[in-house]
Amino acid sequence: MLFFILRRFAVMVFTALCLTFIVFFMTNLYPNLEKLAKSEGNFRMDDAAVASFLDNRGYLDPLPIKYGRWLGVLPGYVIEGSDGKTRGQCFERGTDGKGAPRFCGVLQGNWGFSTVFKDNVGSIVATRLSLTGVLMFWVMVLMIPTALVLGVVAGMREGSRTDRTLSTVAITTTATPEYVSGVIFIAVFSSSAFGLKWFKGSAATAMENPTFENFFLPVVTIALYGMGYIARMTRASMAEVMTAQYIRTARLKGVSFGNIVMKHALRNALIAPFTVIMLQFPWLLNGVVIVETLFNYKGFGWVLVQAAGNNDIELLLAVSVVSVVVVLVTQLISDIGYVYLNPRISVN
Amino acid sequence: MELLSWGEIAIRSVTQLTPVWVALIITFFVSIRYKRSLGLYGKLFDSTVGMIGFALVMFWVYTGLFSTMFDLIATHDPLSQVSGMKNKVPGTPLRGAESGDYPYYLWGGDNLARDVFSRVMIGSGIVVMIAPLATLFAFMVGITLGLPAGYYGGRLDLVLSFLANLILAFPVILLFYLLVTPEIRMTGMPQYMAVVLFSFPLIFFGVLINSRYYIDPMKRNILMVVILGVLGWLYLSLINEANSKVTLFNAIDGFDVDAGLLTVFVSVVFVNSPTVFRIVRGLAMDIKTRDYVAAAQTRGEGTWYIMLWEILPNARGPLIVDFCLRIGYTTILLGTLGFFGLGLESESPNWGATINEGRKLLSIYPHPALPPAIALLSLVLGLNLLADGLREESLKD
Repeated sequence: MLFFILRRFAVMVFTALCLTFIVFFMTNLYPNLEKLAKSEGNFRMDDAAVASFLDNRGYLDPLPIKYGRWLGVLPGYVIEGSDGKTRGQCFERGTDGKGAPRFCGVLQGNWGFSTVFKDNVGSIVATRLSLTGVLMFWVMVLMIPTALVLGVVAGMREGSRTDRTLSTVAITTTATPEYVSGVIFIAVFSSSAFGLKWFKGSAATAMENPTFENFFLPVVTIALYGMGYIARMTRASMAEVMTAQYIRTARLKGVSFGNIVMKHALRNALIAPFTVIMLQFPWLLNGVVIVETLFNYKGFGWVLVQAAGNNDIELLLAVSVVSVVVVLVTQLISDIGYVYLNPRISVN
Repeated sequence: MELLSWGEIAIRSVTQLTPVWVALIITFFVSIRYKRSLGLYGKLFDSTVGMIGFALVMFWVYTGLFSTMFDLIATHDPLSQVSGMKNKVPGTPLRGAESGDYPYYLWGGDNLARDVFSRVMIGSGIVVMIAPLATLFAFMVGITLGLPAGYYGGRLDLVLSFLANLILAFPVILLFYLLVTPEIRMTGMPQYMAVVLFSFPLIFFGVLINSRYYIDPMKRNILMVVILGVLGWLYLSLINEANSKVTLFNAIDGFDVDAGLLTVFVSVVFVNSPTVFRIVRGLAMDIKTRDYVAAAQTRGEGTWYIMLWEILPNARGPLIVDFCLRIGYTTILLGTLGFFGLGLESESPNWGATINEGRKLLSIYPHPALPPAIALLSLVLGLNLLADGLREESLKD
């Protein structure tokens, strides 16, 4: 087991390195750097000015070296620029770099400086991630129990009218992407045209003070899309368990239907949904980006859009590291959890 | 002229869609009449869910077809702006209408005074054209790589699976932002990806024909030249574009694809293919242990023959079902791209972009954003129901 986890961990680190390198490569393509230079310096710079701007800040060095610097395995650049000023990657902003460390990459805990927000990437990601954490928490609270109940109720009598109705509901929610359900919810529940105005169409105030009124719509919007999928998986797994021999034995012994479902079927039926729920996290991340944009909730997804839209290289790298780690860790947890829950499976 | 009432709007919209209803009725009549001789497609008409799904899908297919190809359904030009029609509610009479103009904005005007009804109808053409085609390409890539990975296993499987997981670990939206921005387009990146991704159908058909007919070289050569000739010309025309990074084949370039459209297409194929790869790989691993595969191996058939002519046909059930689901997912992805204003130009009436534009004034004027949202929902729902019906019917025998 320990070996299994260690091996998975190694693969995880390797994947994260590959992915960040790809992001690094894409964001460091010359047109992207040119855009960055023009937005950082001024928009009327000619090509030569752009080149010297980039050169003075180490952007034009070979890609592997830049990547090594970002990672913190190579010493940060110290360049005496063409304008006579000496700049260094590890210098504090606005100082001449006396006593600056040689290495300042991710391994040293330095995530860089965001060009959009003019702040340290580490602190931006931390605050935004905690906001998204609140959102995700409520999504989970709403989504998982509802989905499991829907799936179990639908799957316990396969083919019944309840099953048909609930399955159609589940299919409908999986067919509704967040930007569709969000728009419909806002239009129906918060626009003046429909006149209901039960909820707020913007979650901007929910960042300091989440209330039912301003937070319910974004939570429901994300939860709905993931819910149908989990419910369908639960239903399939429940329906399969209900045809198993030991359930038939229990029925023939005269155990009541409620007891069969609660005591015999449920535990085995919930193994499959567990992995599905874990693997839903990466999808939820997608939903978070859409919903945060739609409801103007300035969390992690909103930062992703800002960073990607403005080619904020270091912020974008941090964002992708976080999301990749989320994906890989949930995969790992789902694999390990599966082994623990299902005694018939062994890791080898 | 007066504002139309909701009933009148409904009646006029339904009348405007007459060609679609006619086509739908004919399709259903013919299909149900001959359903016993139509195989899996005919069986679809035994399941209510499948029929509802099929009707929804075909509704949009016909709408897309008639409105873009024959210019039958849309009442106005989707791009033209009429002064005084900005954000007007559904059923507003057209200001300054001349004879020959349709006298109303049936579903109102959007924030640039364009007709919502026409935009939604024409937008369907974009979706029903790109989504199935992109899914087909993703399947070509996934099948061509997934079959050997599942069949051979070992190191090849390890490398390909790692690459697939690598792409899947990316948040889709981040990937889109990295691939679809104008700056990336300047580097030619999407075109190089197109060169790689679009070559897979060529490889697929080449291997498919060769593995089957290599014992009859004459027939094989003829087939190869004809099919690969046509596909090759399409391929070169697709990837080649004057004044871009790939200009080697200007001489035989048959048509040009809008650069934004190509980028969108490439990135959607790129995002979809790893999932298809995983499904095909899993199916191949399962099917290769069957007896008929062992029989083919004993007969001394080539490995590609076994993969493409023994394993693939026997994996068709799950693949067809997944194909339907994946078209739906591709539709969602296209909408996502439009929603973030990536890819196609902002004027384009594709549903995602229209939703994105409409959401800005959503709490005051919900009418421009709601129709494309509901349209997208109904198409994806139709595809999901269709897949469900197909799955049920294919499991019956």
